[in-house]
Parts: sequence; C-alpha cells; structure tokens
Amino acid sequence: MSLYAAIFYFLAMVILMATGLGITRRQPIHAVLYLIVAFLGTAALFFLLGAPLLAAFVAILYAGAIMVLVLFVIMLFQRSPRDLGLMPQWGHAVLLGAIFLAVVVAMVLKDPGSGIILKGAAATPKDFGRFLFDRYWLAVEIVSILLLVALVTILQVAKRRGTAADEGQEMGEQP
Amino acid sequence: MIVPFGHVFLLAGLLFSLGLICLVAHRNLIMTLVGVEVMMNGAAIAFVGAALRWQLMEGQAFVLFILAVAAAEVSVGLAMVVNVYRRTGSIDPDRYDILKG
Repeated sequence: MSLYAAIFYFLAMVILMATGLGITRRQPIHAVLYLIVAFLGTAALFFLLGAPLLAAFVAILYAGAIMVLVLFVIMLFQRSPRDLGLMPQWGHAVLLGAIFLAVVVAMVLKDPGSGIILKGAAATPKDFGRFLFDRYWLAVEIVSILLLVALVTILQVAKRRGTAADEGQEMGEQP
Repeated sequence: MIVPFGHVFLLAGLLFSLGLICLVAHRNLIMTLVGVEVMMNGAAIAFVGAALRWQLMEGQAFVLFILAVAAAEVSVGLAMVVNVYRRTGSIDPDRYDILKG
C-alpha cells in the first residue's frame, strides 16, 4: 500500500465518520460543524485525485460559503428548534439507504472496470480553465444566468416578507 | 496512486446513501437541505474519480457545475425556509397546514 493509498483511505474514513456523525445530530449547528470537516476532507480528496482547482473551490464554496450561510440562517431563528427530532418512520429511511447502498455495491462488484488501478494525474488550473472556456463556455454562461436567477429569486422572496406577514394576520383574523 | 476505481465509487455511494437517509429521516427543514448537500458531495466525488479513471477533464467540468447548482439551490432553499418560518413560526414540514380547511 503506497502512501497515496493510505492517504485516500484515511480521508475516506474522515469524510464518512464526519458525515455519519453530522447527519445523526439533532442540533443543526452541530451537524453543520461536522459537515464542514467532511467538506474539507472532500477538498483534500479532490486534491489527491488530481483536481487542485476543484479542491480550492470546494474549500471556498462548500466549506466556506454554503455552510456559513446555513449557520447564519440557523442563528436567524429566535429560539433553536431543538425539539425537532427524527421522523417517526426513520427506519424506513435507513432501509431505503441500505437498498441504495446494496445496489451500488452490486454494481461496483459486477463492473469489470472497477478493479482498474487509478494512475496519478493532475489537471493544472491553467489547463482546466482553458479546457472549460474552450469547450463549455456556453454552459458557464448558463450557470452564471442561473446564479443571477437565484439572486433575483432571493431578493423577491425576502422583499415579499412584509406583505406575507400582513397576509398571515389577515388569515389569522378570518375564522 | 494505487487505489482501485471501485473504492472511490463505493465511497461516493456511501456518502450518497448517508445524505439520502438524512434527507428522508429528519423533520427539520435545514437538515433536509444539508442532506441534499451531502448527496451532491457524493456525486461530485464520483465524477472526479471517473475523470481520473478515463483521464478526461469533462468530469471535473461537471463538478464545477454541480458546485454552482448547489450554491444556487441552497441559497434559494434557505431563503424559502426563512420566509416560511416567518409565516408559520416553525420549520417542521408537518406543521404547514395553512391550506387545511
């Protein structure tokens, strides 16, 4: 077992443990903190698998931006909803996940290509950026429009808050 | 690098099923969104592993788009969660029964 393989299994263990601990917490803040560890492990895994630019993006976007956004939203709520636990039928959810996992394991075992040893290779950020804007510039522009649409949607949802409260009061007054 | 391709895929599948369990089992809307994030993370790992196995950069390009879609999804989702919390005072989907006659 080479050093790279040892690093891979170590990172996989860290990611799985952090995610498993995170999704079983009842407090969303604890879950988000565990998941930041999981996403940083994912960034290191991407670096190991030859995607340094994506590793930087995952560290900045997932662990940095998205999870901090979730933390801020959790802090927006006045009282922490700590009484919210699991659904009463959570066993069904575990069964669903186990079935999905069994399908994945069967697929990996059946696929003759799954035993192929991965060779180390890295796409430098320069090559990756040139490739992206050479061949997928239209998709990049579409993604930018998607982000703009998300921004407009958020502004609209946040702006309508006052009228929504009025609506709620009106609805509350009506029997 | 001597990791078999199947092990990367097994890791991705495990993460995806963990996210699926989180998405279905929790009754907190924020934990539901977090479950979707974990599932997208698993999918991204599968894409990067496939990009390394076939030595093509398309997989990495897809991960970039997954990141953008995840950012848009979680920001819109959280804005809606905050909005619905201000309307009803709860983030439990079972309590959203305004439409009930």
